[in-house]
Amino acid sequence: MTLVDTAPSTPGSAAPIQTRSERPTSFDPADFGTPSGREVNWKLSDTARLAPLFADEETSGAVEYDLSALEAAGVLVTGDDAARGEIFRPEDLPSAIAWKRSETGLHVRIPAGEVLSEPLIARLRGLGAGLHGNDHIVIEALPDSVATVVLDHSGTAALAQNVEIIVRDRATLTVITVQQWEDDAVHAAAHQAVVGERATLKHIVVSFGGGVVRVNPSVRLAGQGSETALYGLAFSDAGQHLESQVYLFHEGQDTKGDVLYKGALQGQGARTVWIGDVLIGPDATGTDSYEKNQNLVLTDGTRADSIPNLEIETGDIAGAGHASATGRFDDEQLFYLQARGITEETARRLVVAGFLMEIVQRIGIPELEERLAADIEAELARGAGLAPASKAGA
Amino acid sequence: MSTLEIRDLQVSIETDQGTKPILKGVDLTIESGGIHAIMGPNGSGKSTLAYTIAGHPRYNVDGGTITLDGEDVLAMSVDERARAGLFLAMQYPVEIPGVTVANFLRTAKTAIDGEAPAIRGWAKTVNEHMDQLRMDKSFSARNVNEGFSGGEKKRHEILQLELLKPRFAVLDETDSGLDVDALKIVSEGVNRAHETSDLGVLLITHYTRILRYIQPTHVHVFVNGRVAEEGGRELADRLEDEGYDRYLTAQA
Repeated sequence: MTLVDTAPSTPGSAAPIQTRSERPTSFDPADFGTPSGREVNWKLSDTARLAPLFADEETSGAVEYDLSALEAAGVLVTGDDAARGEIFRPEDLPSAIAWKRSETGLHVRIPAGEVLSEPLIARLRGLGAGLHGNDHIVIEALPDSVATVVLDHSGTAALAQNVEIIVRDRATLTVITVQQWEDDAVHAAAHQAVVGERATLKHIVVSFGGGVVRVNPSVRLAGQGSETALYGLAFSDAGQHLESQVYLFHEGQDTKGDVLYKGALQGQGARTVWIGDVLIGPDATGTDSYEKNQNLVLTDGTRADSIPNLEIETGDIAGAGHASATGRFDDEQLFYLQARGITEETARRLVVAGFLMEIVQRIGIPELEERLAADIEAELARGAGLAPASKAGA
Repeated sequence: MSTLEIRDLQVSIETDQGTKPILKGVDLTIESGGIHAIMGPNGSGKSTLAYTIAGHPRYNVDGGTITLDGEDVLAMSVDERARAGLFLAMQYPVEIPGVTVANFLRTAKTAIDGEAPAIRGWAKTVNEHMDQLRMDKSFSARNVNEGFSGGEKKRHEILQLELLKPRFAVLDETDSGLDVDALKIVSEGVNRAHETSDLGVLLITHYTRILRYIQPTHVHVFVNGRVAEEGGRELADRLEDEGYDRYLTAQA
């Protein structure tokens, strides 16, 4: 890739487009107008195809859940115990509707001190194109626990989904959401997380399949010494719109944030959108924060939007920076591989796979890493017949 | 016995100031087993020669020929040249994120040989060569050139040279940035490749230091895009004493 990084920001030098922290919230869908596509949080979205998620209606039976791994681990809670809304506040219409119409109320709670080495995989399968579903999922890691929860989406549906993530003090939680939907699926997910004292959240969004997929993670590093790593991976083919609006709020002292989202685009109309807002609050002294988005354009006819924003309200931080780069293949990488006898096509596939594997390598679940590596290969095989991005492009 | 023959090679590059000629008629003949040192001041066109042989798209060939046993090298793509038996050890090897050394080496070996190496024997071969180059086993799992020190990058280049077994290797300032220990290790690797496979070597260097460890059979002095003088080992010794000044003065 030809990457042109923007210079890292120094405290006080960056101006946000809009103060992300002041975005209105409500549990009542009526408080949100139907998105027109002009709003700050919808202006790069495919509101036409997301329209099924703007209908405030009774829904049921759009998604089938396989929770056997979670049941076996004894981490599901039900009834009065399964409270929701402790930290979650809907910020847009599909999220407010999902709150109101949610049928499942899946609630995962990792017991205090419990260390679960096996990942807990919840499989969600959409049962039909256009079937409207609404979900509110709570994932809660009690103090000193360690666990990994995977939401694995397949099939097709029109799903609005809230994921409320609470990482209590000193807990270490990994949440991975994989979107391997069929081509006609529509999915808008709002993830909201709060991370306690010396707790760590690793959050990974992998979007390969689906017509329109919008997964917006919002993380508040509330506790002193809390940390988060927010990673994303999108592979957008012809006609796909894959989007993530990431919000990271450094609220407590001595917190650390690392945001890295990568996208690959191939085929006519392939689209990715990434908006990364980082806010370092007035009390967040000692913050160390970095966010980066990189996109690799494989063919002509694609569009990648990439907007990093950094807002700093205290001067006393350890470091903060952001970078955004969208480009085509790096000729030097291709030359290096070809100079070792590797054909141009194989070299391209190696470079793209490698570019995306940088995120996959951070997942830490061998079985899932292997599956995603195979998915990347399949995506590349699909694009094998397409002409590479022209040199002037990108 | 193979021959790499360069005749009246003229090469230019595009710059912001327009087309700039770099090589102005280079003649060189290298045979299997020969070790040819190409020496010269900065900007004389040494690296351009290296990259032109390998087929880097930045360099335009305006005239002349490069042939390998009579085959037209200039008509081949970059990967075809490598498969024909040419190898370039680069001065600045590029990082390839997400591609492990193990995956890269296996893919390259498969491409060069036209078939995948036997899994078990291959891993053993790679490990043996890594040992000889004092490379830690953990190298295999690292991404290509990512976070490598200067010395590690050069060892990795020589590891590829030994594993891919080309007929001719162009070493582009492989000695630059190496301390004495690393220089010895890397030179031993080149000498091994030379002894075991009758490799022909084009050793591009600014300094005579590496020639203490790799004995050249021929020395060519490059000045302003041409071979200004040719000789044996003794020419390198003379350069060590006198530098390139007399060529530059003559040119001025």
